[in-house]
Amino acid sequence: MKGLPPELVAEQIRVEKMARGYGLDFFQTVFEMITYDQMSEFAAQGGFPSRYPHWRFGMEYEKLSKSYEYGLSKIYEMVINTDPCYAYLMEGNMFVDQKLVMAHVYGHCDFFKNNQWFSRTDRKMMDTMANHGTRIRRYMDRYGYDVVEDFIDKCLSIENLIDRHSPYFSGSTSNQNSSRNQEPVKQEVTPLKNTGAGYMDKYINPPEYLEKQREEIKKTETTEKKVQTERDVLHYLIKNSPLEDWQQDILSIIRVESYYFAPQGMTKIMNEGWASYWHTTMMTNGLLTDGEVIDYADHHSGTTAMAPTGFNPYKIGIELFRNIEERWNKGQFGREWEQCEDYTQRKNWDKKLGLGRQKIFEVRRNYNDVMFIDEFLTEDFCIQNKMFVYKYNQRTNEYVIDTRNFAEVKKKLLFQLTNFGQPIIEVMDGNYENKGELLLRHLYEGVDLQPDYMKETMKNVQEIWKRPVNLMTIMDNQEKIFRSDGSEFKEITLKDLPKSSQG
Amino acid sequence: MSVKQDQRRFREIVKGKIKENFKKYITHEEMIGKREQEYVKIPIPRISIPTFKYGPKQQGGVGQGQGKPGDAVQGDPQNGEPGQGQAGEGEGQHLLEVEVSYDELAEILGGQLELPRIEPKGNKSIESMKTKYTGLRPIGPESLRNFKASFKEALKRQIISKTYDPDKPIIVPIKKDMRYRSFKTVPQPTSNAVVFYIMDVSGSMGEEQKEIVRLESFWLHTWIRKHYKGLQTRFIIHDASAQEVDEETFFRTSESGGTLISSAYNLVKKTIDEEYPIDQWNIYVFHFSDGDNWSSEDTRYCIKLLREDLLGKVNLFGYGQVESRYGSGQFMKDLEKSMGDEQNFVMSRIANRDQIVDSIKTFLQKGN
Repeated sequence: MKGLPPELVAEQIRVEKMARGYGLDFFQTVFEMITYDQMSEFAAQGGFPSRYPHWRFGMEYEKLSKSYEYGLSKIYEMVINTDPCYAYLMEGNMFVDQKLVMAHVYGHCDFFKNNQWFSRTDRKMMDTMANHGTRIRRYMDRYGYDVVEDFIDKCLSIENLIDRHSPYFSGSTSNQNSSRNQEPVKQEVTPLKNTGAGYMDKYINPPEYLEKQREEIKKTETTEKKVQTERDVLHYLIKNSPLEDWQQDILSIIRVESYYFAPQGMTKIMNEGWASYWHTTMMTNGLLTDGEVIDYADHHSGTTAMAPTGFNPYKIGIELFRNIEERWNKGQFGREWEQCEDYTQRKNWDKKLGLGRQKIFEVRRNYNDVMFIDEFLTEDFCIQNKMFVYKYNQRTNEYVIDTRNFAEVKKKLLFQLTNFGQPIIEVMDGNYENKGELLLRHLYEGVDLQPDYMKETMKNVQEIWKRPVNLMTIMDNQEKIFRSDGSEFKEITLKDLPKSSQG
Repeated sequence: MSVKQDQRRFREIVKGKIKENFKKYITHEEMIGKREQEYVKIPIPRISIPTFKYGPKQQGGVGQGQGKPGDAVQGDPQNGEPGQGQAGEGEGQHLLEVEVSYDELAEILGGQLELPRIEPKGNKSIESMKTKYTGLRPIGPESLRNFKASFKEALKRQIISKTYDPDKPIIVPIKKDMRYRSFKTVPQPTSNAVVFYIMDVSGSMGEEQKEIVRLESFWLHTWIRKHYKGLQTRFIIHDASAQEVDEETFFRTSESGGTLISSAYNLVKKTIDEEYPIDQWNIYVFHFSDGDNWSSEDTRYCIKLLREDLLGKVNLFGYGQVESRYGSGQFMKDLEKSMGDEQNFVMSRIANRDQIVDSIKTFLQKGN
């Protein structure tokens, strides 16, 4: 890793000044120049130079470096959400690309700092990640590489079972703060304060009454555990599984890292759209020299290009931001606009409000992808961008266009974005059927789980929970409970659902 | 560099998976269809980390582009996203194929079958130079001119010098715009071993028999090439007469004529004499047939050729008799009678796919 050559330092100063001029607001941003190999390495590790040891990063590295060597893909930039913000430039890229990347990076940095979903992320994650690595390496020295790696495999298998929208997660990572030590305060039966000596106790705090109170609390405690569902499955397992200390610590580490990456997943379209919006704006408003236009256009069209029938979130992101800007500039919003049905009037609608910039800054602060699409993906936009829903055709074994209906497109897109298009699983009961078994529930939204993956994942949960694990879901239009006890995997059909409720 | 360790670990796991399923890989064609210069692509069963996820086929998704409802979506929409931009979460759990180098594959093969290492005879290896294209440069021969790069340079120059008119987009490259592919020469070790694969393509050898030959020769090849810097291969097919073909033809050809095995042996002998001086080459011959020969007279001639000519020249001569639907021919029995004691002559009977493993072991366990 090395600092920037003088000509890029000069350029950085220029780009940064320009970005601030547009109102972008970011932490100090440090650019490092790295080789393509380092780029693949860091990218494989989620952008971080140091992670805990695990073969998954090796697999990712192998994939990335191969695909670069074969010319299939190239990572131009990488930014990490930290303070200061670290960004990497790739050695040997063209000067114009480096400029573009810098402009793009300032967009991301502004987003990281200001979007509310990032407000609780750990900005010292570089150190935290390194610290996690040290801890896990220490466990490996003590308990054996294979043993620890095997346990990490199980944790990673359920790393997505967090409550992604939990607004209260602080991102705190130190061992002391792990959730085991944050048990809810125990309810106590406190005797009434008595001023005098004990002689009045018999009347003010009758022992039989206190005993009765204690029993009642006990009763509610056990039943409470039964009724409360928990979306943060990892948290539940950390608190309630019979884990060794080191296992508990590793599961906590995995959970902390999942929460760190969660906002990036929740704002992927917006974040990329925002960064692309700003690099285009800056490049075409003074950063580009005449001689660079071709290479810039070449690169830019490459990034936002789409396969004839593909879907590119970056492209949708930038187009939506532009669309919002235009609509708010022209006043194409509000009741009057919504209710206008005259085609020519709508087409020429321009109230010259000039609120566009202000609006997109507001959007970048307060929204995530789901809200972004829900509120700003209009029918006009959908038609302009030729969007459609595709589905799998069993008979011909291919994907076909299902519909171009706006409502359907939007519904599908929102479904894909909710919880990253991953099924939501929650804990229903930690003492299912009074046998200490775990009961999980899949909040069914019309799509079945992939059975083989489900089976393997449940086996992993079982190995953490140490007792049989049950999962309630709907498969093949039937409500079912699957049960894994470590050696056997069973399916229990609950009842046939009436046809009408199949959606 | 921690990721390098992770990568090593990943590769160990991959190798473990291959070992676990080794028998399956040997007897199935799924991997050998994907050969590259240095690697084989092997589909690995489930090396991803299982998670709760939606089954993709039922799910569908959102796409963009032309077409009416009912039209097929081109490509696999699940992979619609271009590979650029932010690093994201480092998830990437859908690895279906992994690349394994021939060296690693040979290592696994050797370990699983407990094969002795091959001892090459003589150690001549001559280096030659090979040309490799590496990039672009502003000078070079016309035949190596890169048109796209040259026009791009010209377009750039015209825009800078303000001679580009978007309304009349004519681009005229001048000499200094030209870009040529550049190359450098790298030393290349010359092969010092050659393998002849001979196959009987007469009517009695069916598809399944040829598939067995294909699989077996792939594994033989993998093992032998590990021991030499380079390896040449020659493919000879025969029915009533023999001819040399390329690999593709070797496995495709089907004839209906009779069988004259000596024709192939003669061709091998001739080729060795003309092209492969035995003091410089390690020579391997593998002959696959269903064992039907034209006449016992020809069989006697074959044995004479083997004894007096071929075996003195080659490191190893392997005869594999593949059982066809007409049963197994007489040739192997005849060889058994008169060839039993030769050091570098090995026979193996391959009744079906499951016996490929044993057959490879038989062929290679002498280590020559």
